[in-house]
Amino acid sequence: MACSGLQSKFQELDQYIDNLSISDKGSALIPVLHRAQTIFGYLPQDVQAHIADRLDVSTAKVYGVVSFYTFFTMEPRGRFNISVCLGTACFVGGAEAVLKEFEKELKIKSGETTSDFKFSITPVRCVGACSLAPIVMINDKVYPRVKTSEVAHILAEYDEM
Amino acid sequence: MERILSFDQLKKQYEAVKHQTDLRLLTLNQAPSFIQLPEPYKRDLSVRHLMVCADTGCAASHSLGIADLLEKTIEKYGLQDKVKVIKTGCFGLCSQGPIVVVHPERVMYTQLKVEHVEEIVQNHLRDGHYVEHLLLGAREGNPTTNYDQVDFFRKQTRIATRNCGLINPASLEEYISQKGYLALGKCLTELTPDGVVDVVKKSGLRGRGGAGFPTGMKWGFTAVEKEPQKYVCCNADEGDPGAFMDRSVLEGDPHSVLEAMAIAGYAIGADTGFIYIRAEYPSAIRRLLSSIEQAKEAGLLGNNIMGTGFNFNIELRLGAGAFVCGEETALIASVEGNRGEPRNKPPYPAAKGIYGKPTVINNVETLANICPIILNGSDWFRSIGTEKSPGTKVFALAGKVNNVGLIEVPMGTTLREIIYEIGGGIVNDKQLKAVQTGGPSGGCIPARYLDTPIDYESLQVIGTMMGSGGMIVLDETTCMVNIAKFYLEFTVDESCGKCTPCRFGNRYMLDIMNKITHGQGTREDLDKLSQLGETIKEASLCGLGQSSPNPVLSTIRYFRDEYLAHIDDKRCPAGVCTSLLQYEIVPELCIGCTICAKNCPVQCISGAVRQVHYIDQAACIKCGLCFSKCPKKAIIRK
Amino acid sequence: MSMVQLTINGLPVHAEAGTTILDAAKSIGIKIPSLCYLHLPDVNVVCQGASCRVCLVEIDGRRNLAPSCSTTVVEGMVVKTDTSRAVEARKTMLELMLSNHPHNCLFCKRRESCELKALSAEMGIDELPFQAPVPEEELDLSNFSIVRDTTKCILCRRCETVCTQVQTMGIYSGVQRGFHTRIDTAFHTPMMETACTFCGQCVAVCPTAALTEVDNSAVVFKAVRDPKKTVIVQTAPAVRVALGEELGYPVGTNVTGKMVTALRRLGFDKVVDTDFAADLTIIEEATELIHRIQNNGVLPMMTSCCPAWIKFLEHKYPDMLPNLSTCKSPHEMLGAVIKAYYAEKLKVNLDQLVVVSVMPCLAKKYENNRPELSDGTYADVDIVISTRELAGMIKHSGIQFTNLPEGDFDRPFGESTGASVIFGTTGGVMEAALRTAYETITGEKLEHLEFEEMRGFQGIKTGSVKIGDLKVHVAVAHTLRNARQLMDEIQNGTADYHFIEVMACPGGCIGGGGQPYHHGEMDTLRKRASALYTADEAKVIRRSHENPDITKLYQDYLGEPNGHIAHELLHTHYTRRNKH
Repeated sequence: MACSGLQSKFQELDQYIDNLSISDKGSALIPVLHRAQTIFGYLPQDVQAHIADRLDVSTAKVYGVVSFYTFFTMEPRGRFNISVCLGTACFVGGAEAVLKEFEKELKIKSGETTSDFKFSITPVRCVGACSLAPIVMINDKVYPRVKTSEVAHILAEYDEM
Repeated sequence: MERILSFDQLKKQYEAVKHQTDLRLLTLNQAPSFIQLPEPYKRDLSVRHLMVCADTGCAASHSLGIADLLEKTIEKYGLQDKVKVIKTGCFGLCSQGPIVVVHPERVMYTQLKVEHVEEIVQNHLRDGHYVEHLLLGAREGNPTTNYDQVDFFRKQTRIATRNCGLINPASLEEYISQKGYLALGKCLTELTPDGVVDVVKKSGLRGRGGAGFPTGMKWGFTAVEKEPQKYVCCNADEGDPGAFMDRSVLEGDPHSVLEAMAIAGYAIGADTGFIYIRAEYPSAIRRLLSSIEQAKEAGLLGNNIMGTGFNFNIELRLGAGAFVCGEETALIASVEGNRGEPRNKPPYPAAKGIYGKPTVINNVETLANICPIILNGSDWFRSIGTEKSPGTKVFALAGKVNNVGLIEVPMGTTLREIIYEIGGGIVNDKQLKAVQTGGPSGGCIPARYLDTPIDYESLQVIGTMMGSGGMIVLDETTCMVNIAKFYLEFTVDESCGKCTPCRFGNRYMLDIMNKITHGQGTREDLDKLSQLGETIKEASLCGLGQSSPNPVLSTIRYFRDEYLAHIDDKRCPAGVCTSLLQYEIVPELCIGCTICAKNCPVQCISGAVRQVHYIDQAACIKCGLCFSKCPKKAIIRK
Repeated sequence: MSMVQLTINGLPVHAEAGTTILDAAKSIGIKIPSLCYLHLPDVNVVCQGASCRVCLVEIDGRRNLAPSCSTTVVEGMVVKTDTSRAVEARKTMLELMLSNHPHNCLFCKRRESCELKALSAEMGIDELPFQAPVPEEELDLSNFSIVRDTTKCILCRRCETVCTQVQTMGIYSGVQRGFHTRIDTAFHTPMMETACTFCGQCVAVCPTAALTEVDNSAVVFKAVRDPKKTVIVQTAPAVRVALGEELGYPVGTNVTGKMVTALRRLGFDKVVDTDFAADLTIIEEATELIHRIQNNGVLPMMTSCCPAWIKFLEHKYPDMLPNLSTCKSPHEMLGAVIKAYYAEKLKVNLDQLVVVSVMPCLAKKYENNRPELSDGTYADVDIVISTRELAGMIKHSGIQFTNLPEGDFDRPFGESTGASVIFGTTGGVMEAALRTAYETITGEKLEHLEFEEMRGFQGIKTGSVKIGDLKVHVAVAHTLRNARQLMDEIQNGTADYHFIEVMACPGGCIGGGGQPYHHGEMDTLRKRASALYTADEAKVIRRSHENPDITKLYQDYLGEPNGHIAHELLHTHYTRRNKH
């Protein structure tokens, strides 16, 4: 049942917070947000408000932190998150064109999610594998030296998933 | 491994394991030597260590799958008692990955695919014949069985990256076999905290994160603070796009960083260390967490290290996608659970750092140099590099150079050596245009400065900076205006927004750069760029704003003619800025197939079937679709 | 304190170690412009983010320019503030800030007091080399006290600092980053739906019109110009020592007499004194305290005249609500009495009666709209305007304030004691209450009416007063940070008080969110407080229980303090609210 699934997610988060060994829980905000995003997939308002309450920091502060760091998102991401690295080496290696090709194929822009929540495109700044530029990551899978002509083929891998 | 209860016990452990890795060091720096193996290896030629690079880079190219298949295949041929497959760190020659090195003969196989595994095991391991076509250099017609003699490796001096490619980073024993934790033991039992600070001071080691501040001095400032609670913090945020030196060290030799942090803790009087690591490095994070656990279980970290009564615990703190958090005060804000907004200095972190306590913040590479300095002495360190910048620097060589990857060279090495000798020259033999160093904080060095010996001061003189070590090689196909714009887009995105000049200034500089690359720039814009850039540099609150105009300012300084071409002629000499490109159909080559016209999104191509077609330049949006679709290559771009 | 020698613009300067270059320059008559910097040392309000970069100066030996507000002097330092490099850089900072700022100064609420406008004039800004579109107008008009206009925000971060550090509420945060950074509430929630206490300190420190008060002048003008309405106005203690600042008088001048005359000329039918009601509050509250002490009631008892403090407690420490005195705040008490008792005497229909309070406070604009502060149909107080609004109304009515004759408040609500006038400063309510509590319990007269330990701007003041056999432990706190500390101590059991006074604003009401802007001048708050103590000393009657008109009110109408009528009219209850 959806309700209890959500409840157990909050329980999991609470357990993590309770087990924090830092006395000033407010300073653990970022690790808590990371864990919350792993559990919930994103950080909607009620999760942020809950965290504010448990860590005894203001909700505005939590919101301010979430909106500052690009890792955190308030919108659900697709099941498959496509990160096109836009670091220098990848840029020089043609990453922009690869990004545009993904945008064209999926009909969404960078930062957006497909309406069926299957794919989202997130720009990322340098994953540190510069020798394999341009790099594309789909969730944890790394695709090195991606050419624009390969984009459709890469996406096809996920057809059955 | 048993728990180490004293330094003596560690030394005994070292003696017991130091030969574990001998097979990988037998013929180092010697001439072709397979035949000259010493005993006992000469007798038993089937004992092998296969080092498989498991660094993120090669892992992305399925090196982990190759390692697994190697193990399975070795078992298939019944060689598993003699042949070990070891996942190791980065060799540095990333463009040739995945890489496998076979010891003791030090044969390097490159660009491996899963299909090659069978051959290697059968032909080389079982039958003793090298697989020629997979050797380093084979694809260039120059196979070598002696990778140490290849310029790329021969000209390097690996200190920070000494264990990458040599040991299994997941094995504490292998780290100890390379004198791991002996430096810490020495400090704890033979040196006073001040004595440790002295050694580091005398070595002349300078911060490798970019600023080049003398490390010993920083430790000294923190050591004299009277506050009882202090911290050591490793800055593993490595946000410069194009830089992956720190990641490779953290993945390939994590204990070297942990040990150095403990040494720093002893020197300054801290019992807690933080590693602030960017969330985009999941492999390094996993590796560090398990290494910390290993070290704790072994009594080399945690409470009462080696029975000396010294406590040092290390925690990880994850970044969350903000380049500015590499700046030390923004890093502190982030560790404390806040937005990564820098603050004014002084007070410096040495006096008031994390949670307001005295904190030493050091870059990964800086720390990776500490243990060798303690073991080999400061004189040894000073004997390498230059007088003002002793030691080595790790560079991440990328861009249009043949040998893309990680290199470590003594300070004072020239750019020419790095690019042409170590780097293997420009791809496709094109013309070198410039080298970008220092990431978004640095500048571009034009070809005429190739003989500049690299150290902190010499780079500043020519308008750039060492930075963390990213070095991007640019050739004639790079538009310098576009590259400067790219860096500015990055800093505009990453600016925290706290101070006026960076928040507004960079954005307005970018607006002008966009105007220029779209053919709407004026001479006045160029003056505005320079003036605004200088003001942003001298008025900004933190290092990000103080250096963000550098790419623009240095390209204006050295490539003014490119800017003028964009502004006066509305032309991009390198043919990159799409708005300034013109697509034209060459009449002689056009066969009137109409494919271009059919695909044109704005229908600006006219022409009848089998007649020469024509592009209306006024309507053309320069998307380049016709150019890519023409079957006769009859459309040119200029 | 060791001294440091340095030069600024070639002139020698001696300054204490730890002094900022900004202050050191000021000491020799050099004013370096500054914007985001705001420092009220006595009350621990420190906005020192060094982010606006307007105060940049050259320092020999430093490659970059330094922010003089945050750089301390060092022996031998050579500072230059007037080189073209420094001057041009500062000018550029202003130009950048103005680049996407609205240019409709002519119609802007802060046109006479905007710090950005003043700086722009000071630096001679006459054109903008860069311009960006002004973001779309987005006013937060959700609440009764504060108006938020993000288009006018220059990201000085003073509001965020004050709300987070001084008041520990954290209603604002910087949101997003880079060029898109803005100050906002959580998820852009309208302020009415946040835990904001409406203390208005953010408004007090905002340099532009990004944060201003809800202006009720027009409503008041309409009422006083309506011949069918009887409008009664009352003025708080802290107003009379600050109003003059906006009307031509030096800081700290007590302009009570002219204020009363001005109010009459504005058209108010009766001008009465909240100070009278303060005396009333003391009678009720002292009685309540004595009752609690002698009957094992909930202790410590805590004052309840500050609505921002009340709301703070309702959100953050709802379990401590029983500790609050049930007394309404003075102006609300007076409003209730006027409507229940005085309207009849005036033979005025309640439909035609309007009660206006002039307060140094923005929280009172929220308070008078609280549903429980009415009889069910008629609110005790109809409209609250701030000191700033009153000054504006006077200026807009052609009243030449300095030329006015002195006037007197209307009885029976015009007489007040020295105890009541010091309500306006932190520790004042406590002193007033102690004077009455002491004399009521012991039956003896106090020789020395001044309780020195309750005076001054220290964050938390504590003391013990021997009243008969009992040693009464008291504490006084101002700013919510200090209130929180006290509450935590009480909850942890590490504190033992009988009576606590809390004011949310730094320095008490004299530093209220509705007062004339102090622009970061600590002396302004000091002088206002001092003027109140001087007024107390000048009064003949200095004990609330000796106010003859108060005694008469009880005789004629209220009956007993804390009695049935008193309870109905003069006491209230509170509401538990969400923590965030």
